[in-house]
This record gives sequence, structure tokens and C-alpha cells, in this order.
Amino acid sequence: MDLADNRSVVNALRILKLSFLTGHAALLLLGILLPSYLKIDCQEYPYFVTYSQEMEEPGNLDIEMFNVVGNPQGGDSFIGSDVEFEYGLKGWWTTEFYLDGQATQNQSTIFTGFRWENRFRPLSREHWINPVLYVEFEDINGANKSLKEVVGHDGRYDFLVPNWLARMDKERELELKLILGSNVRGWNISENFIAEKNLAGDPWEFGYAFGVSRALQLAASARECTFCAEKFQAGLEMYGGLGDANGFGLHLTSQYLGPTINWSAPNGMTVAFSPQFGLNGYSIPVLYRFSVSYEIQQFFSHFHRGGS
Amino acid sequence: MKNGGALLVVAMLLIVASSLALFATSNGAWLANVPQRDRERVNPYRDQPDAVAAGRRIFVDHCAHCHGDNADGTKKRPSLKSARVQQEATDGDLHWLLVNGNRGQGMPSWIKLGDPQIWQVICYVKSLH
Repeated sequence: MDLADNRSVVNALRILKLSFLTGHAALLLLGILLPSYLKIDCQEYPYFVTYSQEMEEPGNLDIEMFNVVGNPQGGDSFIGSDVEFEYGLKGWWTTEFYLDGQATQNQSTIFTGFRWENRFRPLSREHWINPVLYVEFEDINGANKSLKEVVGHDGRYDFLVPNWLARMDKERELELKLILGSNVRGWNISENFIAEKNLAGDPWEFGYAFGVSRALQLAASARECTFCAEKFQAGLEMYGGLGDANGFGLHLTSQYLGPTINWSAPNGMTVAFSPQFGLNGYSIPVLYRFSVSYEIQQFFSHFHRGGS
Repeated sequence: MKNGGALLVVAMLLIVASSLALFATSNGAWLANVPQRDRERVNPYRDQPDAVAAGRRIFVDHCAHCHGDNADGTKKRPSLKSARVQQEATDGDLHWLLVNGNRGQGMPSWIKLGDPQIWQVICYVKSLH
């Protein structure tokens, strides 16, 4: 490992530290400050990009902070972050609001926009494959580095544009996803097909995401435990672009693959981590993703008189 | 491609609208919808002494907020000590309900727990009679 590599690792670690000191500290504080009668529960798949067929339980609020750290060749290390508020409106309808931001080494820390998505589950019962329809409106700028999805010809070159220039590019986009999910013998298998359209007139862009995961132990133990196998879920995630309406396929697209794991902590917090590796020269070589989330059951009932 | 995008949006709206109609007409009589082969399924954890304790843990984590700490029900959600749950429904019926949910009535699917935990929580619920 040469001096430049060492420097980039140090930069990535600094950014990681900054993230923990800001967003994650806030979420951890939230967990501590939440009254003990607020029942918190998390049982989530360890995916960062892939959506599963699972909907948020009606009335529950999931607060999540996702981060991705990368060091594009020839560019500055960055951390892209988004805070998500996911609420179960109905058993078949989940809505989610995102706030995105990023920090780039030697440049700046900026807010990059918001997203609002809704997911609808058209079939009421469980089937071998369960479809979910996803509709999202994004109002972000070109400096967004949250990498919530990879579509079209998104690639590492997008990350070489300095923040001051990239943020001038406004992107108001409609994103549609077909989410397919299956649960087989304790395994979850999820596939996403993505179509994204910049409302300013660019062609439709396409992408995909695939995830498979399983709890390390399916049966619960009779006693409370912290680091037992049932508290961990592990899996694999792969995603990338599929070109656009002018040229569908893998040519000049970025692709990522990596293992992923999460841990359900005793106080209701779920922590997840995944190193994801670029599979071609158009991708960022390595992305480190990590997240913290809390799910608050029956959120609004706590504001009612006599609410438990 | 513009036409293709518009068609996709229209198709999605139609599917959402038909889903709304489907849920609006569901009557919550889930027990009548359970297929015979699901009803007859045997709980593999039935005679395991730890299953009730494990099921209690799962219940507290995932079910208690709606159904009450002791499964007595809350304002909007039913008691699990009712005759329907304790006497009419078999373990297989309850397994089917937990896997499929009853989304029109606000009951989500709990398939993400996996079969072993679903059977364990049924052991706990059935121990409440």
C-alpha cells in the first residue's frame, strides 16, 4: 500500500468519524432519550439499496440513517448520508420521506435534496413472488452522493465533479420500481427493477438491485440474549445500472456486489454494515455502507391521551 | 419511450386502484379463508418446553403493542384470548394468518419472522387459554 492509498484510508476514516459524531450521535441520543414505554422494535433485512416486499406495519414509524463512504479514483473521499422517516399508513401502503446530504473531503458539507416515496402492495396474501409498486419523487441536485440507487450510466466520473459545480444541476425526477420479493425457508430473496425519469426531459434510465439474506438462527431462544445468532441477519447485495432508453444494457454502467450484515441491538436499534465492491472500472472501487435505525411502534398513539 | 413511460404509470395506477377495491371489500372473516391443508398443519414446537417462553419474547417484541401486554386486546385490536383464537382456530389456522396477514383489517404479515418463530409465538398464544 503506497502513501496515496494510506492517505485515502485516513481520509475515509476521518469522514467516518465525522459521520458518527453528527448523524449517528443524534440517532443514538434519540434512542437514549426515548421514554422506556415507547416500544421499539426492529426486524429488518440487511439491505442498503434493495427493497424487499415487506411493508412498514401500520402506525409504526421507522427512523433510519444510511451512510455510504467512498473514495473515487482521482477524486476526493466522500460520505453520502440520508435520514429516512418511514411510516406505515396501511397494511398495503407505506410512505417514506428522505433528507439527503453529503460531505466531501477538501470541499464542503452540503444538503442535497429530498425524496418522497410511496410503496403499494397490490396482493393481500403471501405468494411465491410478491410484487410491490414503488413511486418516488426526487428533488435533489447533482452533488447528491447517497447512492440510494444506481441507474443509467451513473459511474465514478460523476463523483469527480466538485460540489460547487455539481450542486447547480437540479434534478427533479420520477422513479418507479417494481419490487419482487420471496421468503423461502427463512431466506429472503428480493429483486428490484428501476426506471427513473428526469422531468426536465432526459431519457428514461434503468437499473436493478438484488438481495438475498437470512437470519443466522431462525428459532428464538427462550432467554434474552444480545449477541446470539438470532440477532444477526446476513446476506449478499448486488446492484447497478442498465443503461437508458437510448441504449439498454451493461455498457458503460457501474455495478456493485458485497456481503451485508445487520445486528438487532437489545434497545431496539438495528445496526447494519456492508462493504461493496465495484465490479468494473466504471464503478467506485469500494463503498462502505453503514446504517442505524429505530422503529417506534404505533407512533401517533403516544400523543393520544391515555396512549400507552 | 415517452408513450411507454405513460403506459407504465397508468398501469401502476390501475393496479393500485384495484387493490383499494379489493381491500375495501374484505370482511375480516379470515378463518373461513384458510385452506384445508394449512388448517391441518401441525405445530412442530408444540411439545417443546422452551417454545412458550421463546414465543412470549417474540410476542412482547412484535405483537404486544397492538394486542396488549397480556394479549387482552386494545381499543382497536382484538384479544387473543377469544374463543375464535383459542378454540375455533387450529395452530395451522393461526400460522396461515401470521404468514398472510389480514391487511384490510390492519394485521400485517409476519412472514419475515420465519416459520420457527411463527410456530413459537403460536405456542405462547395457545398457552393463554
